[in-house]
Amino acid sequence: MKKWTRTGDTVLGRFDRQEAAVVRGLVSQIQDMLLARAEEAPQDELAALTGIRTGPATPPDDPILGRLLPDFHRLDPDAPDPAEVDSANALRSLHEPELLDRKTGAAAVVLATCPPDGGEVRLAPEQAESWLSALNDVRLALGTALDVQEDMPDELPPDDPRSPHLGVYHWLTWVQETLVEAVVG
Amino acid sequence: MTTPVEHERTQVDPAPAEVRTEDRPWQTLVWNDPVNLMSYVTYVFQKLFGYSRDHATKLMLDVHHKGRAIVSSGSKDKVEADVAKLHAAGLWATMQRSS
Repeated sequence: MKKWTRTGDTVLGRFDRQEAAVVRGLVSQIQDMLLARAEEAPQDELAALTGIRTGPATPPDDPILGRLLPDFHRLDPDAPDPAEVDSANALRSLHEPELLDRKTGAAAVVLATCPPDGGEVRLAPEQAESWLSALNDVRLALGTALDVQEDMPDELPPDDPRSPHLGVYHWLTWVQETLVEAVVG
Repeated sequence: MTTPVEHERTQVDPAPAEVRTEDRPWQTLVWNDPVNLMSYVTYVFQKLFGYSRDHATKLMLDVHHKGRAIVSSGSKDKVEADVAKLHAAGLWATMQRSS
């Protein structure tokens, strides 16, 4: 992978076979998690009738999904205000279906534009935006799983079980950073 | 057949120095997290809110250094939509009434 470049409105990147497999593998894992969450949405006749979809009213138990689908209010983890919890749950139920659509849609754009065997990636502006969101979601997921902190070192001690995965996280950070540069620059 | 329930309304004037809760606007907050890139957060503020690069950068630095920043404010509906857009971009955003 070399840095992303931009020609006119088109953003160009190139991934070798292994890099493409890493990107596609991680993006489809996140997509699967989000699609499974979407299936938890209550199915009711009223929603079918009105077309107004509602999602689950409670946050996901899984910390990765919790980071991808945050609450609408900052709740005190020890003593949450019951009125704020009710409001956060109602807002989640209302907005989560569209949020899931947008995130799984961004993942689908990456899977449609990143060749499975590697090669050139050509992105129109809105596709580049989807890549930025999807790469960010993958980094949020990995960052949560690896417990990434602000002052994360480039490498962890070799006996740390997170050590091999941190390299992937740092590489994705670089891919996203250079994509922002290409889009903005 | 049914009839609407009658509500008894009592008009209470707000105390002079106090703004009624329902009149206070809402605020969109973005919180610092160790994963989101500074360049990406700045890009998202420009893209979603149409802020200048300088203003977006200032807000991003507030998030980074102070742990949070108020990035927009207004009616509940507007702020709710802003939070939803920020969540779609992967930022950690919440909403609250201004105090």
